[in-house]
Order: sequence, then C-alpha cells, then structure tokens
Amino acid sequence: MSVVRLPALAGTLMAILLPLMPAAAQAPETTNPENIQIGLSTDRVSITADFSGADLTIFGALDNADPLVSRHGRYDVIVVLEGPPRPVVVRKKNRVLGMWINTQSETFVSVPVSYSVATTRAWQDVTNPASYRQMALGADNITLIPADKTGDAETIAEFTAALRERKKASELFSERVGGVHFLSQSLFRATLHLAPNVPVGTHRARAFLFKNGAFIDESSAQLSIQKAGFEQRLFRAAQENSFLYGVAAVALAFLTGWVGRVVFRKD
Amino acid sequence: MGIYLPIAEMSVNMVVLLAMGAAVGFLSGLFGVGGGFLITPLLIFYNIPPAIAVATGANQVIASSTSGALSHFKKGTIDFKLGTVLLAGGVVGSTVGVWVFSLLRSVGQLDLFVSLLYVALLGTVGTMMLIESVRAMRRAAGGAVPSLRKPGQHNWIHRLPLKMRFRASKLFVSVIPVLGLGAIIGFLASIMGVGGGFIMVPALIYLLKVPTNVVIGTSLFQIVFTAAYTTIVHATTNQTVDVVLAFLLMIGGVAGAQYGAKAGQKLRGEQLRALLALLVVAVALRLAFDLFVRPNSLYSLSSLSGI
Repeated sequence: MSVVRLPALAGTLMAILLPLMPAAAQAPETTNPENIQIGLSTDRVSITADFSGADLTIFGALDNADPLVSRHGRYDVIVVLEGPPRPVVVRKKNRVLGMWINTQSETFVSVPVSYSVATTRAWQDVTNPASYRQMALGADNITLIPADKTGDAETIAEFTAALRERKKASELFSERVGGVHFLSQSLFRATLHLAPNVPVGTHRARAFLFKNGAFIDESSAQLSIQKAGFEQRLFRAAQENSFLYGVAAVALAFLTGWVGRVVFRKD
Repeated sequence: MGIYLPIAEMSVNMVVLLAMGAAVGFLSGLFGVGGGFLITPLLIFYNIPPAIAVATGANQVIASSTSGALSHFKKGTIDFKLGTVLLAGGVVGSTVGVWVFSLLRSVGQLDLFVSLLYVALLGTVGTMMLIESVRAMRRAAGGAVPSLRKPGQHNWIHRLPLKMRFRASKLFVSVIPVLGLGAIIGFLASIMGVGGGFIMVPALIYLLKVPTNVVIGTSLFQIVFTAAYTTIVHATTNQTVDVVLAFLLMIGGVAGAQYGAKAGQKLRGEQLRALLALLVVAVALRLAFDLFVRPNSLYSLSSLSGI
C-alpha cells in the first residue's frame, strides 16, 4: 500500500499568523462561527503500473474552534472523497431454462463511481439519521436517481439497494469509522481508502464539521486521479487513436511470435 | 506482483498471467492448437471482463499462431490461394461478429452468449474428439492399422457452382463453402477470441477434402490474418484490446509452447487427441457449471457502454 500524503497548508498558516495578530483583533473571535478547511498539497494522484489500492491522507483545520467544545471532544468531522458521476446499469439475473440470465435492468443517472468516507466516530454518535439523509451524506444516503422514474417503486428500491451493495462489494463505496483523527484542538487528519479499481477522473474531497451533533460548516477541494505516464498514454491511444492502437497491438503480437520462433526454434 | 491493466482498469497479478500464458502455451505446443479457446475462459474465470478477455484473446492468438505459420511458410506447406479465399470470408464473418458483439454488450447479454457458444462448441467438438480417439486407441490395441479417411470422394459440397481451382491443394471446388467456412471462423474469432483451428482443421479435411499436408499451414495462415483483422476491428469499435494483458499472455505462451512441443513428441497421436478432448470437455463443463449454478450475487453493474 502506498500512502499519498496531502498536507493542508491551512493549519500551518494559522499557527504562524495567529501569534502575530494584535490582541484587539482576536477579541471578537469567540463570536465568529467555526469553519473547516481542507487543502491538498497536490491536486493530482497518479496510478502507476504497480498500483494496488492506496491510503489517501488529507489534513485539515478548524478555524475559531471553541477550546471548551474541543476539550470535550464535541467536534466531529466527516471527510468524503467522491468520484465523478456516471450513469450505471444494474442488471438482475433470473433463472431461465435452468440458466442464470440477465433479465431485468434499471439505469441510474449520475452515480458517483466511488464514494469513500472517514469519520471521527461511529455514525450514530456524530449526528442523527435524519440529518445524514437531508445532507445525502454516507454511502447509504447519497441520492441515486433512476433514469425511468415511472417504474414500480418496489423494484426501484430493490435495484437501488443492489447498486449500493455491489459498489460496497467492489470496495468502490467504503467507509472508515475513526478514520479522522484530531492531531490538536484545531488540526485533523483523515485517512481514506482508494480501491485498486479506483476510477480515474476528477474526484471531490469534502469535509463536514459537526458541533454537538449539529452541522456547522463544509469545505471542499478537487483531486484529479489519473493513470501515470505509460498507462495514461496507452489508455488515451486506445480511446483516441484506436485504429493505430489496434495496428500496434497486432504488430506487437507478430513480433512476439517471430522473436519466440527465432529464440526457441532451431530449424 | 501486481500490475495495472490500462484498458481493463484493474490491478492483477503479473505472475498469474505469465503462468496462465505459459500453461496454455505448453498445452498448445503439446496438442498443436492455438490455445485461444483456453485463454479466453481462463481470463473470464480470473474476473477479467468478458468483453476484454475476448478481444485480448484474439490479439494473443496472433502471437501463438505466427510462429507455426512461419515454419509452414518455410516448408512451403501453405495453400495461399485457398488461405486468401478463406481469409476473405473471415473478414466478412469477423466484421459481422464484432457488430453482434457490440450489440450484445449494449443489451447486457454478451457474457451469456459467449458462455453458451463456448459450451455448445467445445462440448460438441470435445465429445466427438473423445469418441474418435477412444476408438482409435481400441483399434491400435486390437492390432488393426488405423486408417485416415481418404480424400477424393465427392460429396454434396462438390456439386455447388462457382468452382475455383486451388493448385497447391489439388482441389477444384466451389468458393461458396470456402467463403462460408472462412466467415464462420471469423465470426467465432471475434465473439469467442479463438483462432478457430479446432473447427477449421476438421472442416478442411472432411468437408473440403484438402490434403492433410497443407491443412495445418493453410489454417494457421488464415487464423493469423483473421485474428489480426479482428483485433484491429475490436480495438476500433469497442476499445477492448488490452495490450499489456495480451503481451503478458504472449510472453508466457511463446515460451510454454516450445516445451509443450517437445513433450508432445513423447506421446502417441491418439493419446494426445484423447487428452486434448478431455481438456476441451472440461472447459465446456466448467463454463456450463457457471451458467447453471446460482451466482453469489444476482446483480451486476455495468456502464452504459457495457463494460
């Protein structure tokens, strides 16, 4: 497992700036609402040939944190890394003539290809289920909209559940309770899971701050996950110059067959 | 050791793929077959999406057949005219095959169709080969001289119009069955990712009565170019050829084939055929098993394009 570190500058900057501020400027601070910031030192993660999943570390900071609330551990942070939205077809197999065959399907528009969450504490300890639903936060609460909304409600519910279950089974939807740690009263670190089959594209990291179970603030940052040099070039070639790519694949096969003959045969 | 496949967009174990290529290469050297009919199911069992397994299988077939075709070219045992007519049919069949492939993929029935074709074809060919080789072994045990069916007898195929002369094969036959056979092979190549030698060779011998000395060379010649055409069409239409995957399989395959060929010289012809038949039937049964046994999850996800 390689670890990708994305230290945020926000926390460090605060540490430098705060002592320089005159006391008068600090006075109204207590009345300011808390806010949360995350920053990524890199906006790009490359998938190399030996990529087999990774841990992504994001650092963030709370501004105007109330020391009393902090000390009682009543600040909670949930960090989400959401992949680019794409349409998905969910198919269901049924038994036909003894064989298991895809017979039913349901298309969903703009399903995030991946959804990875880290929280400071167990879900039920952060806030109540109604808030999660309202904010569409968590793999079980993100809105999944079928392309054909006129369908049978029960069927749609069944396929929506199957979609979540399959995404979790393939590690694309994952959660890590306790994946967010407070390093100090205002600085936190979140560790998220990138599955081996993490899709390329622009991912969005979002951090949600809760105080005593109430949602306070949200912050987000963009992260582009892409294939590294060689893999990326091959993928692009296959997509954009598909004819030449095919010819090259054929040439490589001819060459391998010919070299194999030269190396091994004696006739 | 993990390696990331850029087209399949997944991380796989490189050693497993090399070993898979080597094992299939060994068997193909041992039995003198292309091995495409083993590679594609093995890739599917290894969770490579069938669409990618098939297209990549076609690419791998080129490498495994090139070396054989070259040695037949040197020996002069290729009927180029017959091979070219077969190839013309192959191009048509392959084009139709890739079109059907895209269509099935978009309606989510590609996996089923590929499995059914494999079960039906491998099951039939394997059973027939098994019966034939057991008979041959019995005859050999009984002391009788095994005799191949003599070419030259005429059947209904020789009464078709549009006859053409194939000098190297000493054949004067209608082009319709030749084109048709080529088209079937091309269709199977694009949908199953196989070379099609297991159908081509018996068809050339028994249906067209091609002399046995040019059968293998001509069949390999047609397979190499049909597979090349199929690879390019798959790459252009479906973007499902994973060249990294294909290359790993080729490396293992080319090396394994040499040892297989050596081992093959120590076994008798009918024993080899019986073993190959058992292998073919086993692959068919394994694929049938997956069709009939309740899968772990009834649900599957795919993008709109079908991967």
